[in-house]
Amino acid sequence: MKKKTGLGYQIYLCFDYIYSALVTLWGVFSHTFTKADTVQYPDEQPHLHPRFRGRIVLTKDPSGEERCVACNLCASACPTDCISLQKTEDESGRWLAEYFRINFSRCVYCGLCEEACPTYAIQLTPDFEMAEYERQNMVYEKEHLLIDGPGKQPGYSFYEFSGKAVSGRQKGEGINEAQPVDVKSLLP
Amino acid sequence: MTPVMANILNVVCILVFVVFGAAMLTWVERRILGIWQDRLGPNRVGPGGTLQIVADMIKLLMKEDWVPAFSDKFVFVIAPTIAMFVVVAAFAVIPIAPGIGVVDLNVGLLFFLAMTSLGVYAVMFGAYASDNKYALIGGIRAAAQMVSYEVFMGLSLMGVVMLAGTFDLRQVVLSQQDGWYIFPQFIGAFIFLIAGIAESHRTPFDLPEAEHELTAGFHTEYSGMKFAMFFIGEYVSVLMTSAMITVLFLGGWLGPDFAPPLFWFLLKTIILVFFMILVRGSLPRPRYDQLMSFGWKCMLPLSLVNLVVTGALVLL
Ligand code: SF4
Ligand code: SF4
Repeated sequence: MKKKTGLGYQIYLCFDYIYSALVTLWGVFSHTFTKADTVQYPDEQPHLHPRFRGRIVLTKDPSGEERCVACNLCASACPTDCISLQKTEDESGRWLAEYFRINFSRCVYCGLCEEACPTYAIQLTPDFEMAEYERQNMVYEKEHLLIDGPGKQPGYSFYEFSGKAVSGRQKGEGINEAQPVDVKSLLP
Repeated sequence: MTPVMANILNVVCILVFVVFGAAMLTWVERRILGIWQDRLGPNRVGPGGTLQIVADMIKLLMKEDWVPAFSDKFVFVIAPTIAMFVVVAAFAVIPIAPGIGVVDLNVGLLFFLAMTSLGVYAVMFGAYASDNKYALIGGIRAAAQMVSYEVFMGLSLMGVVMLAGTFDLRQVVLSQQDGWYIFPQFIGAFIFLIAGIAESHRTPFDLPEAEHELTAGFHTEYSGMKFAMFFIGEYVSVLMTSAMITVLFLGGWLGPDFAPPLFWFLLKTIILVFFMILVRGSLPRPRYDQLMSFGWKCMLPLSLVNLVVTGALVLL
């Protein structure tokens, strides 16, 4: 392409610079009357949406039982390896976490633990005000994590849907659950 | 009160007012920029953040005032002094209102131009004495910038001088009683405004300090009060440019009778200061070859045309 030169083009360029500068000035000036976007945090609380990923809790099912079955899926999904737990069983053979520990000084609030959990036990909540003076206090034990309610999944109870036999309910007795197929029978 | 006493009072009041005003301006600028950028700016210290400058002062005084071991010590110390001195000295010739003003030189305008031209020494000395490559690049840019704007800055004012027939700034103001020079000298005012922004090294002409490219340009090595002097110098120079435009093009203290002259002078100056802050908040910084070509290919011909046309009209 031929480079444009000449007096006419030069004058055009001058006015083009100046015109674009004036347009920009007006654009910025028109913001005089728009509202500031700032949320003055400690004085004003920001609005956090329900699915905001903050402090992690362990929820309970509607009957008040702990949901966590100590399957370790969250711990293996966690990219920062900050979940630590140990499985134990109660008298009925149900799995439980003996201890359940999250080191929040390493957690990056990615939410992968929540996605990995088969029982909706582990959930992230819209709360981020967890600052501590001592790093050790960032390690939350099971009693700090457990809450009394079902969190974001009201009415869900893993054993009602899972098709796993536990004491008191055999296979096929859960909600929406068909009787197990007898694989040894030829009947349709 | 004797005339000497009155003079001293005049000088002290103006000096205090200018320096204090420049310090306040650092806060005003941050608040105003905040408004234009849809945020708040410093609003915590004191009512509405007005005491922010006190906090900044304390911080700067507490800072270690470090002179680098590798620097040229004498020049290093003298540079911020020059930066502060030249702008404050240039303020001396600005007639603020009848009876307020340090001195009415009959070469007032030339004195102003001379003082502002000396300002570049502050930048170049600071840059050279720091013995730092960023500072040096900043200094070179300051020199390049200076040769581009200094020429059309002087030329843009000659139209006013022709119309007023004097270099005495008080006479310039008085000769605007029939009409401000902004109307016949619109192009001159526009060019001088651009030159004034370049003079005070503010965005979009802050090439010598360009934080994003050169850490802090010529004052990279400065800290504590020496840095503060560069900083205050810059803000005094903003006030000075605004005051100068007011005097030369907007009729200085002239205005309707219901308010005192001082009020009109301050009002016009403050509006111009706001405009300079707006410019800072909106325009991007050009490369320095672009700046030079803008200066030499746009502004210089424009001011020459303005000069020739004004001259012809005055002769007719
Ligand atoms: S949110 Fe992410 S980092 Fe935190 S515990 Fe869950 S998986 Fe680990
Ligand atoms: S919280 Fe969920 S994923 Fe983690 S161990 Fe318990 S049941 Fe498994």
